[in-house]
Amino acid sequence: MARQIGEVILDLKNISLRFGGVKALTDISFNVREHEIRAIIGPNGAGKSSMLNVINGVYHPQEGEIIFRGEHRKDMNTHEAAAAGFARTFQNIALFKGMSVLDNLMTGRNLKMKSNFLQHALWWGPAKREELEHRRKVEEVVDFLEIEHIRKTPVGRLPYGLQKRVELGRALAAEPSILLLDEPMAGMNVEEKQDMCRFILDVNDQLGTTIVLIEHDMGVVMDISDRVVVLDYGKKIGDGEPDEVKNNPEVIAAYLGTQH
Amino acid sequence: MFYRETGQFKTSYAADQQIFPIRQDRIGIVLLLAFAFLALPLFASNYWFNAILIPFLIFALAALGLNILTGYAGQLSLGSAAFMAVGAYAAYNFQVRVDGMPVLLSFILAGMTAAGVGILFGLPSLRIKGFYLAVATLAAQFFIVWCLTKFPYLSNNSSSGVISVPNVEILGFKFDTPQSRYLLVLTIVSVLALLAKNMVRSTTGRAWMAVRDMDVAAEVIGIRLMRTKLLAFAVSSFYCGVAGALYAFCYLGSVEPDGFSLDLSFKILFMIIVGGVGSILGSFLGAAFILLLPIFLDIALPALSELLGLPFGSATVSHIQLMIFGALIMFFLIVEPHGLARLWQIGKEKLRLWPFPH
Ligand SMILES: Nc1ncnc2c1ncn2[C@@H]1O[C@H](COP(=O)(O)OP(=O)(O)OP(=O)(O)O)[C@@H](O)[C@H]1O
Ligand SMILES: [Mg+2]
Repeated sequence: MARQIGEVILDLKNISLRFGGVKALTDISFNVREHEIRAIIGPNGAGKSSMLNVINGVYHPQEGEIIFRGEHRKDMNTHEAAAAGFARTFQNIALFKGMSVLDNLMTGRNLKMKSNFLQHALWWGPAKREELEHRRKVEEVVDFLEIEHIRKTPVGRLPYGLQKRVELGRALAAEPSILLLDEPMAGMNVEEKQDMCRFILDVNDQLGTTIVLIEHDMGVVMDISDRVVVLDYGKKIGDGEPDEVKNNPEVIAAYLGTQH
Repeated sequence: MFYRETGQFKTSYAADQQIFPIRQDRIGIVLLLAFAFLALPLFASNYWFNAILIPFLIFALAALGLNILTGYAGQLSLGSAAFMAVGAYAAYNFQVRVDGMPVLLSFILAGMTAAGVGILFGLPSLRIKGFYLAVATLAAQFFIVWCLTKFPYLSNNSSSGVISVPNVEILGFKFDTPQSRYLLVLTIVSVLALLAKNMVRSTTGRAWMAVRDMDVAAEVIGIRLMRTKLLAFAVSSFYCGVAGALYAFCYLGSVEPDGFSLDLSFKILFMIIVGGVGSILGSFLGAAFILLLPIFLDIALPALSELLGLPFGSATVSHIQLMIFGALIMFFLIVEPHGLARLWQIGKEKLRLWPFPH
């Protein structure tokens, strides 16, 4: 592979997260290296989505520490995370349903826009200039994801597979340095999955974006990820390269065993 | 003759991002404005100005204000009339208390006062949504009307809070005919509608709609929920405030706090439901519809009763009006939640593909 996997940029240490009596995550530690594709797998309810939510500050763990680019913190906050280059997609598509594909993607870039509402109201100077500049960037994403034909369609009217793709687009529009993907291929047919895999690999390869990915399809996970962390009932039961994880007896018992 | 995009190829993003990207729409809007500014003033009667055109424009502005908050930013409000009241009374106070205060400036300041009050009553939206937020804005509705009745200072010590506004004069020109007042209102409403259109097609509007459609995702993208919601409350209340000032200064001439009751708030809400939630055009269509329907029924129902030989009393006529009104609201809520604006759009889409629908 041409890309070079770098240093650890995100280090999660002893993360525990509870919702009342439910222990969603218990004492979980793992790290993410720059430019790698890091998969999180595990059976339903294992705490995978919760983990992503901790990483970009939607959830705040009761215990643990997050070290991001050398900076120690107790938890993240969504706004800071977005500003620091995190972007994500959700397990249940969280697009802005009433807006067009273009507008969804443009919204992905909102942190890069500096003009204020008065300038917008007057459609004046920086407002107009920004709108053009960012449109150009958004069109690059549109080309990349091959969604030219649905540019102006309200996303609520698109089929599921395309919505997933647009949601990836919205995340990419932010030009993230770390992309968090929560089951990007769930519910897709084989062809759509192949497309999605190709997009993820291309993003990783061409833009060097670090990717943390939750996925149930074992074939896909083993194919595209550099390292895999396995969760079960909120605990970490495996961590390593795909081959290593595949042969870990605990993982086989807890996860692969029940699936195959 | 044809409503077509075919042949209108956009060669730049700038062309694609025009305010009205389709040529026929641009021509249409120019014709409409020309009609409103040039033709109507020539042949409309005083009755038309006073009873139909001026209130239509003012209510359209208030509906536009509510639509920004509810339709675009997704925050339900039942306090529109109260924010109009703030605007009306603020403009009045700026006029009578500050010597030589220009009328237009007092309208702007009135809008800003309403915006401030709007932000205050928008604070609960940071914690609560939907139905509960509507109840919180209801508090604004009652509290503001109560304040205006309770504190004589706000109405310059007039009895029971009734204010009679001074005549409108700008740069020595007296707006003392219905026609001139219509043109003043039309100008202000057109400018504000243009500004609103610009806001909703830019980052500001996208942030509002993002918060409306999926607030968690909006937050994760880096949109600040608090700032976005409060801005919506501020801008919305500004529009309602200016509408209130115009209501007092260019329509009624004298208003009382009870004139800005919950009934009026509901009327404005119905306008956006019928016209189209989340549509600027819809605010105008809704205002026209809700204002014209009673006038139309007033004329049509007695005529109908004569035709059928049924003796409709005036009480029956007003009952029938209410029933038709209620039925229409339900129709739009159930069948076409995006209102007349959506029907208009569907019509245009059909026309665009006609005569080959697929
Ligand atoms: N906001 C929340 N409030 C209460 N409990 C929650 C919340 N989010 C997650 N949980 C609980 O935490 C546990 C882990 O859930 P999570 O969604 O992280 O699992 P998952 O591994 O993503 O599962 P799936 O494969 O089904 O998506 C579950 O028991 C879930 O019920
Ligand atoms: Mg999940």
